[in-house]
Amino acid sequence: MSITLTENAAKHVSNFLSRRGKGVGLRLGVRTTGCSGLAYKIEYADEIHPEDHRFDSHGITVVVDPKSLPYLDGTELDFAKEGLNEGFKFNNPNVKDECGCGESFNV
Amino acid sequence: MALLQIAEPDAPPAPHQHRLAVGIDLGTTNSLVATVRHGIPVVLPDAEGRPLLPSIVRYADRGVEVGYPAQDALVVDPQNTIVSVKRLMGRGLADLSDARRFPYRFIDAPGMVQIETRSGIRTPVEVSAEILRTLRLRAEASLGGALAGAVVTVPAYFDDAQRQATKDAAQLAGLNVLRLLNEPTAAAIAYGLDNASEGIYAVYDLGGGTFDLSILKLSRGVFEVLATAGDTALGGDDFDHRVYCWALETSRVGPVSASDTRLVMLKAREAKENLTAHASTPLVATLSTGERIDLTLTAAIFTAITETLVGKTLGPVRKALRDAKRTPGEIDGVVMVGGATRMPQIQKAVATFFGAPPLNNLNPDQVVALGAAIQANVLAGNRARDEDWLLLDVIPLSLGLETMGGLTEKIIPRNATIPIARAQEFTTFKDGQTAMAIHVVQGEREKVADCRSLGRFELRGIPPMVAGAARISVTFQVDADGLLSVSARERTTGVEAAITVKPSYGLADTEIARMLQESQAHAAEDMEARALGEAQVEAERMLAATMSALDADGDLLAPEERAEIDAAMAPVRRLVAGADRHALSAAVAALNRATEEFAARRMDRSVAGVLAGRSVDSLAED
Repeated sequence: MSITLTENAAKHVSNFLSRRGKGVGLRLGVRTTGCSGLAYKIEYADEIHPEDHRFDSHGITVVVDPKSLPYLDGTELDFAKEGLNEGFKFNNPNVKDECGCGESFNV
Repeated sequence: MALLQIAEPDAPPAPHQHRLAVGIDLGTTNSLVATVRHGIPVVLPDAEGRPLLPSIVRYADRGVEVGYPAQDALVVDPQNTIVSVKRLMGRGLADLSDARRFPYRFIDAPGMVQIETRSGIRTPVEVSAEILRTLRLRAEASLGGALAGAVVTVPAYFDDAQRQATKDAAQLAGLNVLRLLNEPTAAAIAYGLDNASEGIYAVYDLGGGTFDLSILKLSRGVFEVLATAGDTALGGDDFDHRVYCWALETSRVGPVSASDTRLVMLKAREAKENLTAHASTPLVATLSTGERIDLTLTAAIFTAITETLVGKTLGPVRKALRDAKRTPGEIDGVVMVGGATRMPQIQKAVATFFGAPPLNNLNPDQVVALGAAIQANVLAGNRARDEDWLLLDVIPLSLGLETMGGLTEKIIPRNATIPIARAQEFTTFKDGQTAMAIHVVQGEREKVADCRSLGRFELRGIPPMVAGAARISVTFQVDADGLLSVSARERTTGVEAAITVKPSYGLADTEIARMLQESQAHAAEDMEARALGEAQVEAERMLAATMSALDADGDLLAPEERAEIDAAMAPVRRLVAGADRHALSAAVAALNRATEEFAARRMDRSVAGVLAGRSVDSLAED
């Protein structure tokens, strides 16, 4: 079981967390919406729940709820720039196909 | 795949639901666009990484140039390169006392001045729209999608014409305007001052060419602008000019050419900016004549030569405080806005004046855009479920209409947050009444004469009915920018009439304060006046109804019964114009009792009339 961040992603998360001024790390998850089954959830973690799985990658704490973990196991989170746009990308080995916009996927 | 953003916990980050929203600071000299990304407000730079967009539009031979390319052409093509268009928004030629300072070919047009350019006649709205369009395209490229909406900032002193012009420009640029926001309010939001429950804040905004000071009052999360003051011809550029004059005088160089002027001004500006972080800076330039300027500008000299400019900003500060009836000690915080506030002597003068260091840890060039972005993010619906909505603008005085007896009926109460819509039903007062005059008023007093009249209109085409049968729905709607529209609709026929008015127009804050104080001082008197007015209206309605009933069905009464009703009407007639509402109410009640039996007989007759000649079967079908 593992979830990792690229070094670049970790640097950005660390930067965002310090500017936000609070939060213990990053919470990743999936939810069943979107145009192709599942969608990623990425938010600041202000607390860690007892049932959460916890990973550390490049100094960033990543928490995942147990129901989401099977869908995300092995994922590497990257930070990318495309022109003026920028944001996080999930490199998820479990994904079979995704919708055109890339916000939702199937396993 | 899409690039994802980090959301706040409990925010609604379902796919396709994060709505892209931006805040835009449409400035006189520079404009910016900002958004909330990964939960943090940030300014969106252009492809070269520059956050500012010079507010300059050039109508070139081939298409329109906006920003830096237009700035570069300022000297070679001044007539087609529009700067400071914000000063022209919503202004007629007559409003522009300094029209000759602009190198443009102005055309006087009703409402707003127009500019003749190489590409044809352009309005300030169209020029501003070019700037806004450039920012919209930058934002869409940066955020990877179409914008759901934008909050655009305007100076607190902008009147309705200027606000409407700004809104029109944004719409022309393809932006959905979520709200226009006052610049000082945006700055206060950027500093999170709206998180406190209450306070009085000063916003000191020294831009490139203008100075504004606003006093804001925050109560229950609502910002109210108490006072504004400023100087439209004072800004950072004047400081550059002082340094420029000092450099020429000290170096004893004679009159310089236009290109040398620009060179030395540029060096003067660089020197000014260097002094923000250093105690002294070199100022070196070689003129086209071969003359050389080689000086050292110290912070002490800079402070001395600009002392009068710093002092000039304190005049409007005092005026605004006086208008807001506050002392410097009552101000809970001072927010610094505008690049020129980086100058240490400004920071020091403001700290000394208010007796406390100002808030200055955010980038003063960006603070207005950042606040607008935060507000846009809220209005677009991207926020956690449990957080309260920001309430930013309120109706300063109640809005209502005139009813019978010269009384006001309040439809939207004072301090209601906008946007808001409220409807209320009214009816006709007289039998066969086919029109209704609707008089829209603003104020807290019970009598129309003590309130401010905003406008009147008539609803015509009401079908003739007995008094009280018509149902007329009157809707008051105030949009997010404070524009009030009132519409009246007769429910059975659907006839409609409407009016749009500007409730804030021409009402100074002091006038609002006076109207509020008066309403409190006269509360008891007003209540009495209302009660009397209502009793008078009821008495007149009762008399009219009784008279029309006697005309129609007087034969139902025996002569002594008729005499009894006449006797009951006499005191009502006598008292209706007087001021004794208790006696009047008693007389009306007596008349009511005297006519009870008569009313019952009339009812029987009308039921009999309806039923006459119909079988029980046909009634059952109804």
